[in-house]
Amino acid sequence: MAVPKRRTSRSKQGKRRSHLRMTPPNVDFCRRCSRPVPSHRACPHCGYYGDRKVLPVEEKE
Amino acid sequence: MRHRKRGRKLGRNPAHRKAMLRNMANSLFLHGRIVTTVAKAKELRPFAERLITLARRGTVHARRLVIARLGKQPIPPDHPDHGRYRNIVHKLFAEIAPRYIDRPGGYTRIIKIAKRRLGDAGELAMIALVEESIAESRERNANRRGRRRAAEAEAEVEAPEPQGEQTEEGAETAAVQAESREKPAATESPSEAAEEGEKEKKG
Ligand SMILES: [Zn+2]
Repeated sequence: MAVPKRRTSRSKQGKRRSHLRMTPPNVDFCRRCSRPVPSHRACPHCGYYGDRKVLPVEEKE
Repeated sequence: MRHRKRGRKLGRNPAHRKAMLRNMANSLFLHGRIVTTVAKAKELRPFAERLITLARRGTVHARRLVIARLGKQPIPPDHPDHGRYRNIVHKLFAEIAPRYIDRPGGYTRIIKIAKRRLGDAGELAMIALVEESIAESRERNANRRGRRRAAEAEAEVEAPEPQGEQTEEGAETAAVQAESREKPAATESPSEAAEEGEKEKKG
């Protein structure tokens, strides 16, 4: 069975991991209530998507 | 390879999938809007829309084809349509399909929602029957570009800002033309102004 000849050095390990990263979530701001909303999603705060179109959830001021 | 193989399996065998689509379509026609996962909503759309197109024909043959796919689901007693329609197929033919007589497909709308599903955090979407008339939809689409520009121009006019160029650019097609004329004339080239307008949009 193939088996590593050398233990991976910390340098090599770090170089391998240099491309691992988290990406931040894409956040837009609602056109209507200007609160943060994930992009391409209806606003969970006011129920609007874009300029109009209501979702069942409707907020109280 | 799954090259050019259409449709999602949704983790179900064919019978289960078929039953689920039937269930979801019945719910959609009963309630007008349902919340499911994005993948299920996207699978439901062609299925449900084909049924509406069939129902628009209104013939006995079409009705039988729809019944073959939907069954004759009764309308539950606690639903406002209970007593008004014999079953969901009846509602589809009598109420839903006539609304869409002039609409060439696209009777439903899928909107992703921010909330995630409990448990597996699946992406949720709402699929709903389109409520506006075809005329309203066409008007909206026609106005879309112009209205967005008008809104931007308006916002910029209201905000106290030294650069009048953006206003000038955005207002070309908009209603606020007169207001922007009062500002000092643009000195930058139109392309520069357009670029700034783009940035503004993204920001
Ligand atoms: Zn909002």
